[in-house]
This record gives sequence, structure tokens and C-alpha cells, in this order.
Amino acid sequence: MSHETQRGADETEDRDGTFGRYGGQYVPEALMPAVQELEDAYERYVLNNVDGFVDEFRRRLRDFGGRPTPLQRADRLSDRLDREVYLKREDLLHGGAHKLNNALGQVLLAKYMGKERIVAETGAGQHGTATAMAAAHLDMPCEVYMGTRDIQRQRPNVFRMRLNGSEVNPVSAGRGTLKEAINETMRDWATNVEDTHYVIGSVVGPHPFPEMVRTFQSVISEEARAQVQEQAGQLPDSVVACAGGGSNTMGTFHEFVGDESVDLFAVEAGGSSLAVDEETGVAPNSASLSTGTEGVLHGARTKLLQDSDGNVVESHSVSSGLDYAGVGPELAHLVDTERVTPVNVDDDEALEAFHLLSQEEGIIPALESAHAVAFARANPEQLGGLTVINVSGRGDKDLESVIEETENRELENAPGMDIFERAAGGSGGGL
Amino acid sequence: MNLADAFDEPAFVPYLCVGDPSVERTREYVQALVRGGADVLELGLPFSEPIAEGPTIQGSVVRALEAGTTPEQYFEFVDSLDVDVPVVCMTYYNLLYQYGDSEAQRASDASGEAASDGPESFVERAAEVGISGFVIPDLPAEEAGPLRAACDDHGLDLVFIVAPTTEGDRLERMVELSSGYLYVQARLGVTGAKADVSDQTEASLAKVSQYDIPKAVGFGVSSGDQARHIVEAGADGVIVGSALVDVVAEHGDPDGDDVPERLEAKARELSEGVAAGAENMAKPEGQ
Repeated sequence: MSHETQRGADETEDRDGTFGRYGGQYVPEALMPAVQELEDAYERYVLNNVDGFVDEFRRRLRDFGGRPTPLQRADRLSDRLDREVYLKREDLLHGGAHKLNNALGQVLLAKYMGKERIVAETGAGQHGTATAMAAAHLDMPCEVYMGTRDIQRQRPNVFRMRLNGSEVNPVSAGRGTLKEAINETMRDWATNVEDTHYVIGSVVGPHPFPEMVRTFQSVISEEARAQVQEQAGQLPDSVVACAGGGSNTMGTFHEFVGDESVDLFAVEAGGSSLAVDEETGVAPNSASLSTGTEGVLHGARTKLLQDSDGNVVESHSVSSGLDYAGVGPELAHLVDTERVTPVNVDDDEALEAFHLLSQEEGIIPALESAHAVAFARANPEQLGGLTVINVSGRGDKDLESVIEETENRELENAPGMDIFERAAGGSGGGL
Repeated sequence: MNLADAFDEPAFVPYLCVGDPSVERTREYVQALVRGGADVLELGLPFSEPIAEGPTIQGSVVRALEAGTTPEQYFEFVDSLDVDVPVVCMTYYNLLYQYGDSEAQRASDASGEAASDGPESFVERAAEVGISGFVIPDLPAEEAGPLRAACDDHGLDLVFIVAPTTEGDRLERMVELSSGYLYVQARLGVTGAKADVSDQTEASLAKVSQYDIPKAVGFGVSSGDQARHIVEAGADGVIVGSALVDVVAEHGDPDGDDVPERLEAKARELSEGVAAGAENMAKPEGQ
């Protein structure tokens, strides 16, 4: 890595665990000592490289993870949008998504802390599979909590976790998705706090998780910032990343935050509508930055989708990795201070971008990442002359839902779905 | 009603979630608990993300939310309760945070200005309906400044949960911020009925014995026998939730349900356990 920084040296502004009015530590008392122990360990090993933690982390990211990932000029997309478009290829990281950066960092940190067991939540299964890989790699027992509905939607990821030796515990509360899986993992942590570390999957949760996960994910922007200057001889005019909880977003933005000339776009899932249905307690979107209000969820004060009483509503997106009612507190703060511009695209636009990147660049992106591409495609004039889009993951995990969703919609560039009939036929309830 | 005074004699503190299965049924249940010997009532206001609760109370919270229970209904319910024991509100911080001027907040969010005024309006309303204090499981001492101040302004107590992992300076700070009673968590984990008395109970009580504030033990208490043991171990109160919610969960038998009767019987078993423990404690040192 050419852009070698001693990370953390200049990041002391958040020592009290808040970002403007967001952040904090809203957790049950039983967890507070563990959270504070983690704060100490984060400072010691991650910020100050005690016992060579950072060196080992970097080495394992390289040898096990395959870093650095390329920054690639997207030739046809550049032509189409009439400007320079570069893709940061996190889809090429081991496991097929940026999630490993954080999972490997936290499992390694748990080892340095002397913890004996890992628990994690997962929504789409990407964080769960990354944690299961990291835990197998570092020889730690691992249990992953996953909503029953997500288990049905993401069976291949369940198999991957099991193959890596992790237990997968179904969570049937609520709608059986990410929010409930986080609740249940917190309960496990509160029960087994003395020997267990909770590897949270995004820049959410109580301090120090939001800052720590961002630090692990910042390798994305650290590389991209150096690569774009090397390849294009300049900083980009804009950087685009999708935003659910916000871990790839913060990782992609972090090193650019100080570059005032670089516009930062966080692309949320607009789902099918931006409204919240108070009656049913459902938001048919996951756009907490664009439409959420301030509240306290999963340990932090942040922007979230809630009804007028303060009960958290169920979010929705065609992309399960963006399907979350909250968002990281630092990202909420960067939006309030207008450093980051929150935008959103709906399910149809995301699916069209999925097909576009598949057909024209030979890259099948995760539906999450397709949201970032969709924004760029629809708003080229906002990107400036040179933009970097983070392809946070690959789309293999989404093939069945894309086929199903594409069939149900009128998409301008979708291939004829009859080509999938043989492949999809007979799979019965496997979707 | 002064909360600490309710612990002059060892107290039985039952918990129920309001609105499970309906606010009106809860009224019958609460009256049954009082007949069965409740000295303080912990009444849950349902929140969608009850992260400190085990499966039993989660189920109760889900049923209460499905029945449409709102903070305002809860307040009206408490206001109309005709019972002679103090009521403690147990809920999660986001509901306090959102209460009141949510429309004003939305408008100010849109304009990018400072938003919620914090827990002030919620506490004011709670004081109005006669609530004596709060237990907020996701609010550690570190984040409790605004709520403590609002409680002081309105003369309400704020009860903190002392976990088995709470020690040293943090315990000191928590005791300083606490009023009413200390909620001593008998074991790690989440709420839920257990058959035994946790070994942790005595150690946890010893840890806080020097402080001049009532100590009530909860998490996993389900029988009169356990309640007696806990009082004998030095507790000023015994908190029981899941074992009572288990009874509530069986409501709705077509043959006319006997939930109030069974709740009263369970409450009596528990309150008699507390009383027996108190008697045994009084003997060795008795005049």
C-alpha cells in the first residue's frame, strides 16, 4: 500500500464517542464494562498498534483477504455518462464484499483481548459469512444470529457459514430480519459478556463500534485515494457509495472527508416509496438519512425510521443488505453538517443498474452496490468530471432475488427472463 | 407516593407489560396483583426493540404493541388506576426521547436545527399521572444526565440496574445517580423465570450493602421460595416479571379465563415468600 498512514493519530476528535449530536452508549448496564473494555482495547491495539496488531491485521488482509483491491476505470460507463468513472472493486475482496475488512479486524482484536467466543448478527448473510470466514481463519468459535426470513431468502450464505464451522441461530421475533437479529445478538452478548466478543457488522451500535468499524473499513478509501491519484493524476470530483447501516459508505468516504473539493454521495434504498405507513408500522424503504428522525436504536443516538411514538418501524429494500431502520451516527452527523449528501434510488432503478453493470462492464454487482451505480447513472451532472463508485460486493448472492424481482417488473434493460426458466424451475421453495 | 418508603418492610414488586392483551385486561391483572400483596408495581410501556428482555417478556411486548398500545394510552391507564401502591414505569429510552413534540421535531429536523428536547416532556407527563419513578434498561449512568435532571425537576425517582458486571467507580456513580431503589440484577443475561436462586445474588447484594438505598433483586425469580431466599440474603425487595407474564400469556381460554385469579394466587405466593423471608431475618436480631 503506497498510501501508508498511521491511522488514528489525527482522529482524536471523537474520544467521548459522539459525532455532533449522535452516537453514545445506550446499552444495558451488564454490557457497559464490556463496551469500556473494548474502548480500551481499540485504543491500545487498533489506534496505537500495541503488540503489532495493525501490522498483523494488514498482513492478513493482504494474504487472506486479497487486498489491495483494484480501482478500475469503467470504460463503457465512462462513455455512457460522458465523464471518467472509476470503480473501487470491493467485490473482489475474499468473500465477495467489503465486510471482511471489519470482520477480520474485530475477530483479530477479540483474540488480542483474550476473548474465547465470537457472536455476530447478519441480515443478508454477508457479514455473517465474513465473520464465519474470519473466525475459521483465526480459530475462534463463532455463532451467528439470523432472522428466519433472511435464512429462507439467503440459504447459500447459511451453508457458507456452516461450512466454515459457525453455528447459525434462527431468530423468529418480529419480521425475522436484521433488526431482530441485532437484538438477539445483544442478548447473547449480555449473557456471555465475560468471554464473548460481539462482532457488529456495521458502523452502528454503542461507542466504540461506529468509530472502530469505520477505522477497519477505511482501508477502502485509503487505497482508492492513492489509486485514483496514481491512475488519473488527480483527486475525484465525487465519491459514491450505497448506505444501509453505512460501513462501506464510511469506509469509502473517510479518507476523502478532509478533501473539500470531493463531493460525497450516500445512496440509500428508496424501496418502493419514501413514505412511512403508521398503521402497519412499515416503511417501504430504508432511507433513514433522507427521511429518518433522531432517536436511540441499538446503542446509539442516530437517525432512524420510527413512528410518531418512537417505535422503530420495519424497513424495506429489494436489497437485504440495505434493509435497516437505522444508520451509523457518524454518517448521520456528516449529513447534518452537509459534508455528505444523502440521495436515494428506488428498487427499479437499482435493478436496472444491476443489469447495466452486468451487461456493459462484465461485473455482476451486489444489489446494494447497484444502488450506487443507479444514482450515478441517473445524475451524471452531479458527479463532476471524475467519480469513484464503490462496488461494495458482488451479486452472486442476489441472483435468485434478481430473477424473481425482474420478472415482476418492467425494466428497460432486463434480459428476457425465460432464459432462467430451466435454471430456476424445480427449485421449489428454495427462493 | 414516595418510592423508597415502600421498602420499609421487604417489598414484593411485580412487573407486567401494559396492553397485553389489552389495556382493560391489564387493569384487572394489576388489581389482582395488588390483592395478592404487591407493594410496588413496575408497569412496562411496550417498545419495539426490548433488548434486555428474554423471550417471555418479548412476547408480552409484541402482543401489547399489536394491540396498539401507545405511550399516551399508557399514561391514561396509569392516571385512571385506582391502587394504593407506587407505580414505576419500565421502558426504553427512545420512547422518552420521542414523546411530546414529535411534530415540532420533525419540522426542525427538516430545517437542520437542533431537534428533540430529550426526555423532559415524557417525565412531565409521567409526573402528571402519578408515576413515581423509572427503570430504563438501555440507559446506563453515562447517558442518564438529561433524564436525571428531568426527574429531579418533577420529583420522580430514577432506578438503575446494578449488573453482576458493575463494579468500582461505575457502581459509585450509579448509586449517586439512583433514587427510589437499586435494581440488583441477579444474573447475567436477559429477563426470564428460573427455578433456582442465582449464586450471584448474595455477591451482588454484598457489593451494594454499604449504600443507604433499598435494594430490590430481579431477573429469574419465579417462586415464593426463591423470594424468601432472596430476602434472607439481605434484599429489601423482590422483582418478578416473567413468572407473572407466563400467566398472562395463557389468557383467552374460551371457557372464560381465570388469569386474574391465577395472577392473584401467584402474587400471594411471592409476597408471602417475601414476608416469610422478612420474618426469618427479623428473628436472629429481633428485640
